[in-house]
Amino acid sequence: MRPSSEILVGIVKLLVGAYPRWIGCKPEAVQRLYFANHSSHIDTLAIWSSLPIPLRRHTHPVAASDYWGSGFRRYIATKALRAVLIDRVRAHADDNPLAPLIEVLNQGESLIIFPEGTRGKQPIPAPFKSGLYHLAAQFPHLQLIPVYLENLHRSMPKGAVLPIPLTCTVRFGFPLALADGEAKDSFLSRARDEVIKLAGANVAS
Amino acid sequence: MTPQHKAWWLFAGIAVLLAVASIISRVLNARAKSESGRAVIANLNARVNAWWVMVAVLAVVFTLGKVATLVLFGFASFVALREFITLTPTRRSDYWPLLLSFYILVPAQYALIGYDQYGTFAIFIPVYAFLLLPAIATFAAETESFLERTAKIQWGVMITVYCISYAPALLLLNIPGYEGSNALLLFYLLFIVQLSDVLQYVFGKLFGKTKLAPHVSPSKTVEGLVGGGLSTTAVGGAMWRITPFTWQQSLLMSFVIVVMGALGGLTLSAVKRSLGAKDWGVMIEGHGGMLDRLDSVSFAAPIFFHLTRFFFA
Repeated sequence: MRPSSEILVGIVKLLVGAYPRWIGCKPEAVQRLYFANHSSHIDTLAIWSSLPIPLRRHTHPVAASDYWGSGFRRYIATKALRAVLIDRVRAHADDNPLAPLIEVLNQGESLIIFPEGTRGKQPIPAPFKSGLYHLAAQFPHLQLIPVYLENLHRSMPKGAVLPIPLTCTVRFGFPLALADGEAKDSFLSRARDEVIKLAGANVAS
Repeated sequence: MTPQHKAWWLFAGIAVLLAVASIISRVLNARAKSESGRAVIANLNARVNAWWVMVAVLAVVFTLGKVATLVLFGFASFVALREFITLTPTRRSDYWPLLLSFYILVPAQYALIGYDQYGTFAIFIPVYAFLLLPAIATFAAETESFLERTAKIQWGVMITVYCISYAPALLLLNIPGYEGSNALLLFYLLFIVQLSDVLQYVFGKLFGKTKLAPHVSPSKTVEGLVGGGLSTTAVGGAMWRITPFTWQQSLLMSFVIVVMGALGGLTLSAVKRSLGAKDWGVMIEGHGGMLDRLDSVSFAAPIFFHLTRFFFA
């Protein structure tokens, strides 16, 4: 591992724990798409830090270039995390915002995405955007793993400068697959339900 | 013998004790038949292994000296506070008091010990932090359960930062005729507290029948408390040579440590349960969280410190 990654993972673990809970799958070196609820800027770091080192090496978080694309954040995102940056706003109507992700998936690497698209305020995720569906349809062999991040919305609420140290768990659920001919909306709401299920009984919807 | 030599002998003694414990738990592991028996032994194994790690860390830190000891306890306070706040329902409007607690109060409290500021160390959190934490919280302009919210943060900081910091604060004391040996006093405190926890557990498992406080701490028994507490007190009396006390005084001191430790375990167990949890965390395998290991220390350390300071320093 690069020293910058090691330092980053150390800080993340000191501040938010990022303890992995492998509930529905094992940490195996197969190509995967992890999709999680999104409530803070350290979500990406928390999931990535919770993975064992051999998996971390082949797993790239997907980050929005409008936030992570410049200065020190860009250094962290591209050098330490080796993230894939995407544009949330299309420059041209015919641009495919998923193109950078497809390229990385074609190389056999794994990805971490936040299908809500933006950070929510609630412990329960907002409805998912369609990117997850398109990737699932295009890469049928890809394991889709729902992930729930507990407590991070408390640790770093919107507008926070520094995270409040909390013990955060990262829960990995059962792999999900796109059924034959399944409609986009029903697949996306099923995927979202899998994430909510991992939130458990302690969060009321 | 120099204090350094005494410390090495103590750690060597503990290594022997742990080796015996490891052998016993291996033997029991091979013998365990029932499902529940195996679970108990698996937990015992995990505890003994974690003890090896904790003792190794302590030995390294004691060798490195005062700064390393303060850094270690500062880290322990940080993690314990993290566990406390994780289980405490806080809101977005508690953001600034929490930030102050973690990033300012924890390092400041240990820095005060490092710079020998006894006067400020002893009142920094009970006076300054006590008043400033709720004052800062008012800026968020949310009055909904304001008192409960600030009280919980104050409680967490008092226990996990203020009370725990009293253990390394033993290094501050000027005890005539005991110069340069204060690290042994810290060792004495930690050893008695932890031995008491271990022996209460052992006596409880062997002879435990009568539940002490089934609602607060279901695993504690009267037999465990009395048997473990008295045998620990005896061991504490026998350790008087590493302390500034006579053997009678050492017996009394270790009795006070045992009683306060037991009260700390019970009280924090009640707090933990009122927050709806069984363990404070998952950091130390078999033991639960940092605060599960330090709950007794947080009650025993301040009292032991002040008794020693009043009568001997």
